[in-house]
Amino acid sequence: MSGVRVLVGTRKGAFILTSDGKRQKWDVSGPHFGGWEMYHLKGSAVAPNRLYASQSSSWFGQLIQRSDDGGKTWEAVGNKLEYEGAIGTHLWYDGTPRPWAFARVWHLEPSLSDPDTVYAGIQDAALFRSTDAGQTWEELPGLRTHPSASVWQPGAGGMCLHTILLDRQHPQRIFGAISAAGVFRSDDGGQSWRPINKGLRSEQIPDPTAEVGHCVHRLAMHPSRPNVLFMQKHWDVMRSDDAGESWREVSGNLPTDFGFPIDVHAHEPETIYVVPIKSDSEHYVPEGKLRVFRSRTGGDEWEPLTNGLPQRDCYVNVLRDSMSVDSLDPCGVYFGTTGGQVYGSADGGDRWAPIVRDLPSVLSVEVQTLA
Amino acid sequence: MIRVVLPAHLRTLARVDGEVTLAVAGPVTQRSVLDALETRYPMLRGTIRDQATQQRRAFLRFFACEQDLSNEPPDAPLPERVVTGAEPYLVVGAMAGG
Repeated sequence: MSGVRVLVGTRKGAFILTSDGKRQKWDVSGPHFGGWEMYHLKGSAVAPNRLYASQSSSWFGQLIQRSDDGGKTWEAVGNKLEYEGAIGTHLWYDGTPRPWAFARVWHLEPSLSDPDTVYAGIQDAALFRSTDAGQTWEELPGLRTHPSASVWQPGAGGMCLHTILLDRQHPQRIFGAISAAGVFRSDDGGQSWRPINKGLRSEQIPDPTAEVGHCVHRLAMHPSRPNVLFMQKHWDVMRSDDAGESWREVSGNLPTDFGFPIDVHAHEPETIYVVPIKSDSEHYVPEGKLRVFRSRTGGDEWEPLTNGLPQRDCYVNVLRDSMSVDSLDPCGVYFGTTGGQVYGSADGGDRWAPIVRDLPSVLSVEVQTLA
Repeated sequence: MIRVVLPAHLRTLARVDGEVTLAVAGPVTQRSVLDALETRYPMLRGTIRDQATQQRRAFLRFFACEQDLSNEPPDAPLPERVVTGAEPYLVVGAMAGG
């Protein structure tokens, strides 16, 4: 019987939520790595019991954990992530040059074809890859050494490579998004990169249409249409129909177009989800109402989804890696909040219910659909 | 044998209970003790000292015999009572909330 496994990273540990295909009754496992910041956990698409997890703390630094049994047991694997070659500088918040320095792994993206290959997006922004199931890591330095990198600046959360999208139809293509540099694309497996930010407009930088400097919060694609990308930017929801060559705004009738996550329905490539947040200085939902907004038209026209979500006195945020979809029919949609709730919908967003209410602040949510 | 006391999170990571005891060849210094610790428990690499610079992580302190050795040279001899095993070498998480 089919089922789902929801991998939840929080500020104080990881939790694994499992259910059968009905997605009504849930088992909660955890905390795993209690007390540690778990920025991201993700499973391999080709070997679902192979999980990778980013574990870190201010005291003890960065660890990478791997499970080969779906999260029942874990093994600490390699955590030596060192920049390759000349370090170089980027700009600090005050505009002065600052050498690249490793802070943490924000995102782990397993290969679509090889369970032993996994990519890591780190802060300060760079892309690493392991081809031995996490035991050793090498930087793919072409991103960090892009000619524009010396003028990249951190966003409020740090200068992080937070989104890595792989493309089934173009195996050598990788999309990466960096706060606050923008989106970059590689067509040679991560060796070389170019910015793809044409059409973005950010009033917070001196040249609002600059080639780099945009605070992109999250990208999403449907695997069947990898040339169509959706973006939640610092402000603005955007889409591209040409693999990032150009972007247009699709914020439409959203109550606010600031936010962090964005995701695509598993079976309807034009159905997308965002969680509008009041503003960049008020990181909570507007009007005290937790609303997911769904567009069935690939943007521009949005409807609020509220059934089962708190509609008063709610002031949580939903972070960039904290929304995910399963591939059951109907499609399940899941997100976690900074208040520690994980909500799920088993019908594409029409009705929601909390799976668990009182976890530590949620950093990431990934879903695996199990056969 | 050198006795080492680790903070709780590192004991969990290393899958040990209580103190760790290590045989250290040659001069007993902070560097040689931590090298021996990381050799025996490779999962601790990078959690006490930065892997590239070997610098102590900012939120950790090293104590022994009621002395703060955190900023002592890594190759300085440890106190005799640590060398003989009468006193442990302590890796301590700094007091910091969060």
